[in-house]
Order: sequence, then structure tokens, then C-alpha cells
Amino acid sequence: MSVFEGLRFRRVYSPIHNLDPRIKFVYVCAIFVAAIIFWELLPLITLFLIQIPFVLLAGVKREWLRSMRGAVFLAAIIFLTNFIFSFIGAGYIVTAKSVENAVAMTLRFIVLVESFSIFFLTTSPDHLGLALEQTHIPYEFCFAFTTAVRFVPVLAEEAQTIMDAQKARGLELEGGNFLKRIRNYIPILIPLIVGSIRRSLELAEAMESRAWGATKNRTNLYVLKMHRGDFILIAITVGILATAIYTRLFFAIPSLNELLGSLF
Amino acid sequence: MAIIETKNLTYTYPGGAKPSVRDVSVKIEKGEFVLVTGPSGCGKTTLCRCFNGLIPHFYQGELKGEVTAAGLKVAEQPICELAKHVGLVFQNPENQLFALSVEKDVAFGLENLGVPREEMRKRVDWALKLTGIYDLRERAPHELSGGQQQRAAIASVLAMQPEVIVLDEPTSFLDPLGAKKIFEVIYELNRKLGITTVLVEHRLDLTAKYVDHIIIMEDGKVVLDGEPREILSSKEARLIGVGIPKATRLYQILQKDRVKLGNAVPLSSDEMSALLRGVLKA
Amino acid sequence: MIEVKDVHFTYPNGVEALKGVSLTINNGEFAAIMGENGAGKTTLVKHFNGLLKPTKGSVLVDGVDTRKVSVATLARKVGFVFQNPDTQLFSETVEEEIAFALKNFGFKENIIKRRVTWALNLLGLVQYRKTSPFMLSGGERKRVALASVLAWNPKMLILDEPTIGQDYQQKEKLRQFIMQMKAQRRTIIIVTHDVEFVAECNPRVLLMRGGRMVTDGEARKVLTNPEILTQASVVPPQIAQIFIKLSDLGLPKNVIDVYEAREILLSVLEEQAK
Repeated sequence: MSVFEGLRFRRVYSPIHNLDPRIKFVYVCAIFVAAIIFWELLPLITLFLIQIPFVLLAGVKREWLRSMRGAVFLAAIIFLTNFIFSFIGAGYIVTAKSVENAVAMTLRFIVLVESFSIFFLTTSPDHLGLALEQTHIPYEFCFAFTTAVRFVPVLAEEAQTIMDAQKARGLELEGGNFLKRIRNYIPILIPLIVGSIRRSLELAEAMESRAWGATKNRTNLYVLKMHRGDFILIAITVGILATAIYTRLFFAIPSLNELLGSLF
Repeated sequence: MAIIETKNLTYTYPGGAKPSVRDVSVKIEKGEFVLVTGPSGCGKTTLCRCFNGLIPHFYQGELKGEVTAAGLKVAEQPICELAKHVGLVFQNPENQLFALSVEKDVAFGLENLGVPREEMRKRVDWALKLTGIYDLRERAPHELSGGQQQRAAIASVLAMQPEVIVLDEPTSFLDPLGAKKIFEVIYELNRKLGITTVLVEHRLDLTAKYVDHIIIMEDGKVVLDGEPREILSSKEARLIGVGIPKATRLYQILQKDRVKLGNAVPLSSDEMSALLRGVLKA
Repeated sequence: MIEVKDVHFTYPNGVEALKGVSLTINNGEFAAIMGENGAGKTTLVKHFNGLLKPTKGSVLVDGVDTRKVSVATLARKVGFVFQNPDTQLFSETVEEEIAFALKNFGFKENIIKRRVTWALNLLGLVQYRKTSPFMLSGGERKRVALASVLAWNPKMLILDEPTIGQDYQQKEKLRQFIMQMKAQRRTIIIVTHDVEFVAECNPRVLLMRGGRMVTDGEARKVLTNPEILTQASVVPPQIAQIFIKLSDLGLPKNVIDVYEAREILLSVLEEQAK
């Protein structure tokens, strides 16, 4: 159930959490673009480092490290494939350039993971739902999104109870061949599905009783307003993007290898 | 004038073999605290669904007779219109909270009605304070206890400022003290704000003392309807198998033994102990 | 016999649900575990059939450490009926639902048939043999769930919140059923909030609060001690409340039954009349 544990959200306050999710999303996209247009190591290192202050400011270091650790496996695969291809391409010799290249590709992936995890770690689902609503996505869709998030922990708990109830009646989930294992899960899936249907009916009843769909002009308790922090983030985003594009177009970026060579 | 009235109401669910509610005529007066009880499957929940239009609009099926709530003919008004006047609180608090924070849930009905933000904020805070969960307003539902969740559900109905609140076994998932506190909140809302309250409940020992009017149903019909003391001391109530409060039961037994305790039937341990004190000292 | 020795239990999310619980439940005993929501009642009983294993301490069922055997092995001895029948019903017919556990335990076909019929009879479900459990009413579904556990005739029976959502008559039937089981010297453990029900059954009462055992004693003692009860979010039963309020008149405090109350009051009044 640890997978679901990760989906439980907690409201946290920090300058980063309070930012408008829409602006944060634009920022993530900007980082994404910047990471894609570079294949050299140096700018990617810069992109990686730029984001560290965000993590620290948001106070999500531990969660962030956990999600980065989660990316290690994929990162290793990316490194190996890049490395092996350049190894073969270079005629079965290891060059500093090929290593650097492989590291850069891996880092590009890590930068992407980094920025997305900052976004999701610092944006509560209801904030996100609110952002969706105020970007004129139909309300039904936003409602479905937040309700789904709301019921993830509930369903996880229910699944656990059902498993316990069936185990108490002698059901053994482990063991047997593949087909047998799938069949083992039927006594768990059926009550879960039936329960969800019953639950959704009750939800619908409660929604109706609270004037669902009374007017087309729905109002909202919260409103997303741009604060100073949001404008700063816009400035940063534009800055990063402009610098990145400018560098890409008008600079020959030295490889770390060359840079080190010229120093000594 | 009655705020809710049914006349010869008979209702059958779609595909139902027989009516779940049969020929029911009841009157609920403004400001009353009404208790609806009876054995499982007697039609109490079905009757409540008729009060805010879930029946017939949501459930469809076949409705005969007439239901009026707050002067509106239920069969002719959409649920969202009726919801402004009759609020429903359900048994399982978990399934009536959809949002990711308590205050957002309390605001849900008002948002649907398009209430302006400032007005909404005021009404949400008011409802949160009345139910004693103002400090929990930013919590997510799964961070609350069952009792707190049910308070949130009550607040979310209250914020719509209905004239009638209908509660369908609102405490069955709570511990006794949690349940007691919920009933106290409900009672206070009824007394302070004059909100007409309809409570569906099996556990009369916890609730009988609050109510002005009891309706007992059996097999889809209303079998007893009137003043609580009269009804709970009647033989019929016991025969139907309603869980008569133990204090009332003790009074009945002692009456049979010709102990003179007076004619005021007790509904709570307080009332019964006061009666006993009278005879024991004498 | 169930022996719980200084059991601590912490859920994977870090919640410490049991903080050192010790108790012994003998064969043929009838015990009610009470206390507020979140006191650790359900967590405790889930240790009895091995669904949960103690983080510290040990649970022995008939001398066997629950950590050393599978849930399925323990379940043969300890039947567990969950609060909500809908978390277990999945079969096409009531008959198959009841046979489910028997098949899991590897009973022979002819024995399964006999046991299913026996359980259907016991709980008055014979007419629903071929009905889908999903078509039944709430009370009937609860009975099917109970039958599906009783079918393998476990020596000990755990009922989690058996009275929730039940009306007076259903509770009365349940009470009679429990008394019948008790007469057969079966161990019965119920987890419940329902004070009036416990007052009528008069079992041994174990009161929990915040992961610890607060009191352990007979119902008439525990349920008439308002200080301890309030700690555990339990309200005394009405008859007890009346007698507590009148205790200054020299009446006994530990009364929970209506008929006992009547006897006492009549004799006091008779005394007065003299």
C-alpha cells in the first residue's frame, strides 16, 4: 500500500507552495524546453543547480530526494545505453567525450524529473483542481479530478479491508501459477467494484442534495490571484528561457573536457 | 402551517415488486424536531428521499399522492431548487464529502447555487462555527475522525440555510460519545435557529429526549405518529420492536407493578431518576 | 485460548496503534472490546487471527505464536466476521459464498455440502440458498457473512461491530445467537460501541483507549464506572445512569439490567412501605 501512501497529500505552506500552479507549470515547461535544446554537460549542470533553491525554499528536500532516488534506475539505463552506443560508435574505445555525452543525456533526464517533481511536490491537488477550473476547463472535469484524488486513500483502505476479510476466510493470494494468481484476486476485485458502484451512487445522491448543477454560473470559494512571488517566478522563467535560447544561438559551448584542458 | 406534508404518498422503486412507502400521510410543523423510526427496511429512508425530491427525480420509479416541502410541490420542482429548502445528511459521512478541504466542502452547495464569494465566505464560516469545526476548516476529509466528518457534512448542508434538515442515521459509524455530541449539535441547531429537524434513527435511548414528535413506520406504512411520551409508552411501539429507551421501559415495568410514578412518561435517565427520587424519598 | 503479551503495533505509516497490551481470553469466554474510534480495538483483534503481527511482544493462539503460522492456518481456529458484509461478499449465490472458505480450507465436497446446509439452517437463510447475496437486504447480508465464517465451525469467533445499523429486533436475534454459541462453549469476542447491547449480553468487558487497555472486568462493574467510561468515550447504559444518579439514596451503583433494576426498586419500596 506504500504506493497509495505517496498519493496522500498534506497541506504545507511555503513560498513555493503558495505560487500559482499555472505559473509553476509554465516554469516547468520552460525548464523542459531548456533541457531539450542543450546536449552539452555544462548548461545542464546549470539547469540542475538552478532548481535546488526551489527545493530548499519549499522545504521538501526529503520527499524530493526520494523521488530522485526513484529515478535512479531509469537514469542508469539511460547512461548505459548512451555510453554503450558511443563506445561502439567510437570503435570500442572509451573517450572522455563519450563519457561526458552519456552523463549529459542522463542529466537531461534528471533535470526533467527534478522540475516535474518540484511541481507535484509543491502543488496540492486542490490547488491544481482550482487552477484547472480557472483555466476554463469544464467544471465536471475538474470535479472528477479532485474527487478522484479525494477517494484514492479511501479506496486503498477499502481494498486492504477486503483483502483482510478474504484472508480471514482462508484465501491465499500467493502461490500457484500465473492464472491461479489472477483468479485469487477475483474475491477481492468483486467486492471492491460493487463497493465503488454503491459509493458512487451515494456520492451522486449527496451531490444532488447540495444543488449540483443549479446554475451555469457557478462561483468558487477560492480565487487564484497573482502575488509578488508569481511575478518573480515569471521573471525567472523568462530569464532562464531567454538566456538558454541566447546561449544556444550565439555561443559555442565548450565541453567540460575542453574547458579543463584549457585550464591546465 | 406544515412545512412538510405528504398526502396518501405511495412510492415504488423502479423494478420494485411492491411499494416501499404505502399510503403515507404525515405533517411536519415548522420548527419541530421529528424522529422517524421503525425496523430496517420499513421505508424510513425512502420517505426522507421524498422530502427533497431525490424521489422521484433522482430515483424515478412510480410516485402516487402528493408531497409538499416549504410550500413547493416536490414532484414539480428540480432537486437543486428543493435543496435550498430541505437539506439531507446521510449515514456515511465519508460519501458526502467530495472536496479536498473541509471549507471547500461546506462551500460546495453555495458554489453550485452561484452565491457571490464574500457572501459565501460568511456563510461557510458561520456554518463551521456552529458545528464546532472552524479550526479544522483546512483539513482534508481523510484527516478527520468520523465524528468530525459528520459535522462537516452537517455544516455543508447548514451553509445552504435550509428551513428543514433531514438526517438519516447520522451517527451509526460513531462511538457513543461522538454520537452524543452530534445529537447535541443537531438539537442546538433546532432550538437556536428554529430549523425544522427530521432525524431517522434506531437508537432512541440517545435521541428520544430531544424530540417533539415521533413517526414510527413498519412495512412501508406509518403505524404510529404523535407525541413521543405517548407513543413510546404504548404497547404497539414495543410490539413493533422499536428499541424503547431503557428508562422508559423501566417506568413501564414499574407501572405494571403498581408503583405510582405519575403520568409523565420519562424519556431519559435524568427524567426517570427524578421520578424515582420522588417516590423513594416519600 | 488467546494470550496477548505486551503487544505493540505500529502501522507502516508510523501510527502506533497498540502501545503494550496484555490479556488472556480463555476458552469458552465471551468478551466485549469497547472504546472510542481509533482506540486500537480492531487492530488488536486482527492480531488474533494473524492478519496483523505484533511489532513487539507476542500473541499466542492455543499456545502457537501467530508470527510462525499463516493467516489461513489460524483462521481455521479463529473465525473473524468483518463489520461490513460488503467487504467480503462476491459469489453468485449465497450457497457458494458460504462454501468459499470451506473450499479454501480443502474440505471434501460432501462435507462442504453438509456444512453449507447446516450454516444456512442455523442463520435462517435456507430460502436464499440460490439467491445472489447482492440482492439481499443489509441485515440478511450480515447474516450471510456470519454464516460463511461459522460454516467451518471455528473454535473462536470474532465479531467486529456486529450491531452497527441493526434495528432492535435484529440485535435481539443476534444476542440470542451469541448466547447460544456461548452455551456451546465457543469463545466469542465482539468489538462494539453499543453499550445497551453489551449491557443486555453481560460479557466480560475490555475497555481500550489510545492503544492501551484501560480496564478489564465484568460488564456490570466496568459499565457502571462513569470516570473510566468517559475516558474511553463510552456513555454508561441508561439503567446504570439512573442508579448512579440515585446512589446518594443508598441504592447499589452496579446495576445495568432493567429487570434487576425492577427487583431492587420493588424491594426498596416494600421496605419503605413497612
